[in-house]
Amino acid sequence: MARDPIDPVELVALGAAGVTVVGGLGAAVAFARDSSPQLQGGLLGVAFLAFALALGLWAVRAMPGGTAVEEREPLASAPADRRAAVAGFERGERVLGRRGVLISMLGLGAATIGGALLVPIRALGPNPGRKLLRTPWRRGRRLVTDDGRPIRPEDLAVDGVLTVFPEGDQSPGDAQTLLIRLPDGVDRPRAGRQGWSVQGCVAYSKVCTHAGCPVGLYEADSRRLVCPCHQSLFEVTDGARPSFGPATRSLPQLPLGLDEDGHLVARGDFSDPVGPGWWGLSS
Amino acid sequence: MTDRPRHRLATRRLAEAVDERVGGARFVREALGKVFPDHFSFMLGEVALYCFVVLVVTGTFLCFFFEPSQRTVTYDGSYAPLQGQQVSAAYDSAVRLSWDVRAGLLVRQVHHWAALVFLAAIVVHLARIFFTGAFRKPRDLNWIVGVTLLVAAIGNGFAGYSLADDLLSGTGLRIMFSIVESVPFVGDTAAFWIFGGEYPADDIIGRLFVVHILVLPALIAALIGVHLALVVRQKHTQFPGPGRTEENVVGTHLWPAYAAKSISLLLAVVGVLLLLGGLVQINPIWIYGPYDPAAVTTAAQPDWYMGWLEGALRLFPAWELRAFGHTVPNQFFPAVLMPGLTFALLYAWPFLERRATGDHEVHHLLDSPRDRPVRTAIGATALTFYGVLFVAGSQDVLAVELGVSVNGLTWVLRVLVLVLPIVVGLLVHRWCRDLARGDAAEAEAEAELAIDERAPRRVSASR
Ligand code: HEM
Ligand code: FES
Repeated sequence: MARDPIDPVELVALGAAGVTVVGGLGAAVAFARDSSPQLQGGLLGVAFLAFALALGLWAVRAMPGGTAVEEREPLASAPADRRAAVAGFERGERVLGRRGVLISMLGLGAATIGGALLVPIRALGPNPGRKLLRTPWRRGRRLVTDDGRPIRPEDLAVDGVLTVFPEGDQSPGDAQTLLIRLPDGVDRPRAGRQGWSVQGCVAYSKVCTHAGCPVGLYEADSRRLVCPCHQSLFEVTDGARPSFGPATRSLPQLPLGLDEDGHLVARGDFSDPVGPGWWGLSS
Repeated sequence: MTDRPRHRLATRRLAEAVDERVGGARFVREALGKVFPDHFSFMLGEVALYCFVVLVVTGTFLCFFFEPSQRTVTYDGSYAPLQGQQVSAAYDSAVRLSWDVRAGLLVRQVHHWAALVFLAAIVVHLARIFFTGAFRKPRDLNWIVGVTLLVAAIGNGFAGYSLADDLLSGTGLRIMFSIVESVPFVGDTAAFWIFGGEYPADDIIGRLFVVHILVLPALIAALIGVHLALVVRQKHTQFPGPGRTEENVVGTHLWPAYAAKSISLLLAVVGVLLLLGGLVQINPIWIYGPYDPAAVTTAAQPDWYMGWLEGALRLFPAWELRAFGHTVPNQFFPAVLMPGLTFALLYAWPFLERRATGDHEVHHLLDSPRDRPVRTAIGATALTFYGVLFVAGSQDVLAVELGVSVNGLTWVLRVLVLVLPIVVGLLVHRWCRDLARGDAAEAEAEAELAIDERAPRRVSASR
């Protein structure tokens, strides 16, 4: 039998199939030797792409398309079929309809079962209760670093900043607090909050009032806190009032005092509920 | 060669055995002869489908090693900088997957890249359906399935991204808690129940894991089944052209030509994802470090498909509703209301358009976008709006790159997000009109030249 003349496209396809074999073998070795992901992914990826090329070329060359025609049949049912379906359903409906009271009772039964099955959802978690309104800070509780060391005001340089927690509860939830030491005379405390700072040290909640990210960037020259998540700015010398970005509420302030050893302590909980707003927050 | 006794082939005998028991030869004949229109834009949905296949295969491998738990463990794997640190079991196992499991990093990275490409393919596919009017009756039904697939895919992407419990994903979960919390009446309770308590609670990773590997993938697989079944039943749409009518489909038979092309596409998608996963690093969680609710991240960005929400949260001004001792907090508007409206409008679009145009007909021939200036302009407006939001999602990085202030750039973007979509919409509308007018003039000229040719020429209706 006479063979067809060699088609250059099929030759390329054949070459690509060869690359697939080489790539596949290479990938097997790369996996076996626990090589880098670059080598593993590169070899296996090339094997797949070469396979795709070979098959694609073959399809384009040897499997012409684009001219097949298929007729569409109407999607909707023929009227007679539709009528027959409706009639069949109505026959059954009439049978069921004769027991109206039973049907109502069964419906009620289904609803009760459904309701009962919803109750276990309650197991998912506790209700908020007053948890969103309070933090573990209490009068007399010492401020400590994340490794539990108590702090004296002098430990902080002027314009220094430290993340602190209530002693004995260093889990970084709603109690995380920023302690900032301001130079003398720059702080303008809110009415009623005179005396909440100690030797220039002020403390504000570290939980952003926008969406709860830790407000961790302190710009010492402008004395602003920046939230890294959506770029809200808080004016530290002005009660941590939000001055830009989406945050609407000031960071709550923690009243500070000193214990007999000269360590910083809280003199109560924050001035306001900590963190983002929710329906139950009254202002 | 052809006289080989075919009936002795094992596959043939198997097929006969099945047919004797359940029938189905007719179904197979019809399936093999199914006609697929040839247009590159019809492959977008297939790319999405093949990405899902890759996600399931790579995800299953990840499941063998990943431990979805927030229990504290001491990391002692081979990545030196983390050795001895107290981290969650989830983070520990994800870092081990990357450093100590054979092929683990490749599979993790391919999984992540597949998720990104999956969502990109879905979104571009949706745009194709929108701009060509493929969503019109009878395919309005499948449009609803498709939008649900988009929602489920975004949800599964976010859930997966959150599993590794690294600094970035933890920050994302913190924001998600606040978003759930913001819903009026039920938000705080819902957030406590979902997370298992006040933030940071210990249950969320285990729960997201179940959602990520079972609930949403099962939903997505089922919806893909319905989606494709509807395509088979209703057949494909096609662009107008010679020989193509509302009553037929012109293209390529499934067997063998289209099957070969489509398998070739599957292999190409896998190949590209392998190259991306092998060569382009993604989500290096060992560099980000374990999640610590008090630690700061700068330049934190979510996966691209969450960028529009991130941007909305950043641009929405410092405003919230407070009345009668209650608060509808700021984050509710950009992160609950805006996406809620977005998906509501997406679901409703076929019905809104039908009401506006009064067109209740069945359509199988596609529109050219230029012939529907109003729809095309609305689509362009929407894309611009979400595009600006997406850019705003990294406004801090952008400000540094451009050497401008973050605040200034934020203001520019706040204006742009309102103005630019309208400008683009108006321009696109004009442009469609001009193009359609050009088409009409051309058709007229051709018609004059070919005045006595009977066959109708390609005509573009302008409206
Ligand atoms: C529907 C599509 C899916 C999407 C969009 C998706 C997306 C993601 C993403 C973005 C990640 C983070 C990866 C990283 O660490 O960088 C992830 C992690 C993960 N996914 Fe998926 N996924 C999907 C389906 C699946 C399926 C079907 C499974 C299992 C059968 C699975 C199992 C996992 C596991 C175990 C992880 C955690 C491992 C790790 O973070 O390293 N995923 N997923
Ligand atoms: S969480 Fe701080 S600005 Fe959004």
